[in-house]
Amino acid sequence: MLWNMGKQGLGQSDPNPIRAFYACIARSFLGHVPVKRETTMTLTLPTFGKGRVATTLMLSAAILGAGLAPVSAETLRWARAGDSLTLDPHAQNEGPTHTLAHQIYEPLIIRDMSGAFQPALATDWAPKQGDPNVWVFNLRQGVKYHDGADFTAEDVVFSINRAMSENSNMKELLSSVAEVRATGDHQVEIVTNGPNPILPSNLTNLFMMDKGWAEANNAVDVQDVEGGETTFAATNTNGTGAYKLVSREPDVKTVLTINDGYWGRNEFPMDVTEIVYTPIQNAATRVAALLSGEVDFIQDVPVQDLNRVSNTDGLVVKTAPQNRVIFFGMNMGAADLKNDNVDGKNPLADVRVRRAMSMAINRDAIQQVVMRGQSQPAGMIAPPFVNGWTADMDGSSKTDVAAAKALMAEAGYGDGFAIQLDCPNDRYINDEAICQAAVGMLAQIGITVNLDAKPKAQHFPLITNDQTDFYMLGWGVPTYDSAYIFNFLVHTRGSDRGSWNGTGFSNTDVDAKIVSLESETDLAARNATIQDIWTVVQDEQLYIPIHHQVLNWGMSDKVNVDVSPEDDPKFKFFVLN
Amino acid sequence: MTTQKTSQSRLARAWDSDLAYSFRKTPVAVVSAVIVLVLILGAVLAPWIAPLNPFDPASLNLMNGFTPPSTPNAFTGETFVMGTDDQGRDVFSTILFGMRISLFVGFSAVFLAIILGVTLGLLAGYLGGWVETIIMRVADIQLTFPSIMVAMLIFGIAKGVTPPEYRDQMAIWVLILAIGLSDWVQFARVVRGATLVEKNKEYVQAARLIGRSPVAIMLRHILPNVLNPVLVIATISLALAIIAEATLSFLGVGAPPTKPSLGTLIRIGQEYMFSGEWWILLFPAVTLLALALSINLLGDWLRDALNPRLR
Repeated sequence: MLWNMGKQGLGQSDPNPIRAFYACIARSFLGHVPVKRETTMTLTLPTFGKGRVATTLMLSAAILGAGLAPVSAETLRWARAGDSLTLDPHAQNEGPTHTLAHQIYEPLIIRDMSGAFQPALATDWAPKQGDPNVWVFNLRQGVKYHDGADFTAEDVVFSINRAMSENSNMKELLSSVAEVRATGDHQVEIVTNGPNPILPSNLTNLFMMDKGWAEANNAVDVQDVEGGETTFAATNTNGTGAYKLVSREPDVKTVLTINDGYWGRNEFPMDVTEIVYTPIQNAATRVAALLSGEVDFIQDVPVQDLNRVSNTDGLVVKTAPQNRVIFFGMNMGAADLKNDNVDGKNPLADVRVRRAMSMAINRDAIQQVVMRGQSQPAGMIAPPFVNGWTADMDGSSKTDVAAAKALMAEAGYGDGFAIQLDCPNDRYINDEAICQAAVGMLAQIGITVNLDAKPKAQHFPLITNDQTDFYMLGWGVPTYDSAYIFNFLVHTRGSDRGSWNGTGFSNTDVDAKIVSLESETDLAARNATIQDIWTVVQDEQLYIPIHHQVLNWGMSDKVNVDVSPEDDPKFKFFVLN
Repeated sequence: MTTQKTSQSRLARAWDSDLAYSFRKTPVAVVSAVIVLVLILGAVLAPWIAPLNPFDPASLNLMNGFTPPSTPNAFTGETFVMGTDDQGRDVFSTILFGMRISLFVGFSAVFLAIILGVTLGLLAGYLGGWVETIIMRVADIQLTFPSIMVAMLIFGIAKGVTPPEYRDQMAIWVLILAIGLSDWVQFARVVRGATLVEKNKEYVQAARLIGRSPVAIMLRHILPNVLNPVLVIATISLALAIIAEATLSFLGVGAPPTKPSLGTLIRIGQEYMFSGEWWILLFPAVTLLALALSINLLGDWLRDALNPRLR
């Protein structure tokens, strides 16, 4: 027989008493999560490597299987600290938001779980012959949206223009785009202002919506998240992705089911047929849910519980360095700060104060105690994966409280000052604990910090709306290039760049250099410009880098997947044992 | 001379009173009273008996984090009786200082609730009419909401109107306001009920006949006679207020994380339940339990002792 049937998941009465005990605790925390595991039947095929043989076998097996009633129903229960902020795919450029969107929508190109490019809605792409300012994308044929509409070049033109429109949070990725045009039903050309060799890497989180659906449902305009707007597209979806939205209750539960008409149904494992996503902010509750089997997969095992989870039978922890750096931002641009006790001037405008603050942070202590070794102290706000990162700059953070005090005195703040630190509590690993540690460290140089920690849904708008003077932020770089950091975090805040630059930093020279990166084709010259910009960022102490995050995915051993450096699980790649 | 004599005889009289007798004969009450007294003393004397000041962030050393109880820290070699929490705060000192906040908030909130509840209850009971209708309907409406929800609502509004730089200092006062305002209904209802009974008695009618003002009648004649039940409710309310404060802090809307109360400590400790750092959770939780339970038992005893039908 080519398949074996009747493989069962763990039944309701767990034979392991310890797990049963945790199940009990977790149930009391998560009353709404169903305890019963589905009895499952899977159809597993021997692998013949890639190729037509496997596909044919699979097809014939599917035909055979069709006569045998339900083939498979594998539910994957997935949890992480925070929820997606919105279902509108262009409204928020934020990790967990994109992660959920990736299951439902698709971009032209995706990164697979190892971070390599893979064709998605585009089958191939190349610069146009004879015109270096144009990229040509050939689109996949026969792709249908969840509502049955065909995917065409019109949709690509519509989606990219939508992502460049007023409320979009994806504008920085498309700032070089001059025009998008359909040159056939399944071909588009993207025209850039000057040659842009890295355009494809800017498109990996740029999701394609159906033009007709958006127009019919008044969802052409991007949702204004900061303004508190809710739109049809923020609560409904119509993508081409491997999973369809069944139901969603923000911050409580989202259910997705497999899209049987998915174009890649036979190309990807697609073992998971149903996804139940429950955000669990509390670290202990999240771990309890995993230990008890209430959830199968959590993206953020708290560092204190790594041993506990990996020593539990049936659970696996997979660890990998993440493409993300955690840092503090400071409002240096304002004439006077709202959230401090200094009247008439802005202490953060003085580079000596900013440098002193950075020197007061003991990154090694944070790494050893707060992160229990699960981080890499940072000296710049680029992860080592990124073009432009240098070991020299990344090692430049030094802790020296005495020198920091001297700098404070030199700047005229020898007696210190008071300021509010805004911190998320459901986004990064141990985010609130890191902020608390910083409070103690900054107190040593006389800075009294009032810590205000809150969920990311309330924290992020403070940064994008200029309402915070001192804040924590983490930045992942899906393009693997420094320009992404500069566009969002360094360029003067304006209509098409700098949307996440809450520092008020503005330097026309630096801005010009950032813009020039877009069309610079001479790689050596481009890298030199990147280094120039980094030098300014470092000298100005624009941000206080803390560390590079390490990812800890915890999962049931029936789940077989590698950790993606983007912290971006795409469930169509998941293999279930 | 004479004053000393009267105070002595007062003490003696107090010792011989029914209440004191009942107290001496109830071991539960004696044990509870001792526990409450020890905890209150510990809280009051915290600045002198605590080894560290956990509210001074500059005195913390992060490297002391997660030190087990009475075991030298691996990096710094320092030892702490009850260990340290995730930020390197001494758990023993933090409990002492945290109790100060818990007790201060508890006492002040109950005081606020008494002032408010007794005043409104007296007015409602004595004046009757539309005054009573308004006050008691407001009380009824508030009773339909869980008091912790009311407290969270008040806390949220107060936080919104406080300037950010004062938030940390204001947090305690906001907590008192939130808990006190959510707790006055009990007092108002009891006092109104007792007032309704008292106001028809002869001594009140006599006072009215000789022309005493309503305020004087309420304060001088009725109030002393309705205070017994208030005392009982106050004791039980104190335990509830302490727990309410702990609940709010546990939910992250109470005392600021840099000035932890017992509830904040339990919230921090709960994160480390599975990783073996049991002391961060256990010691504050046991302290809160002992405090709330003892006060509750005292309240129970007081209710029984003051109720003539149970004597």
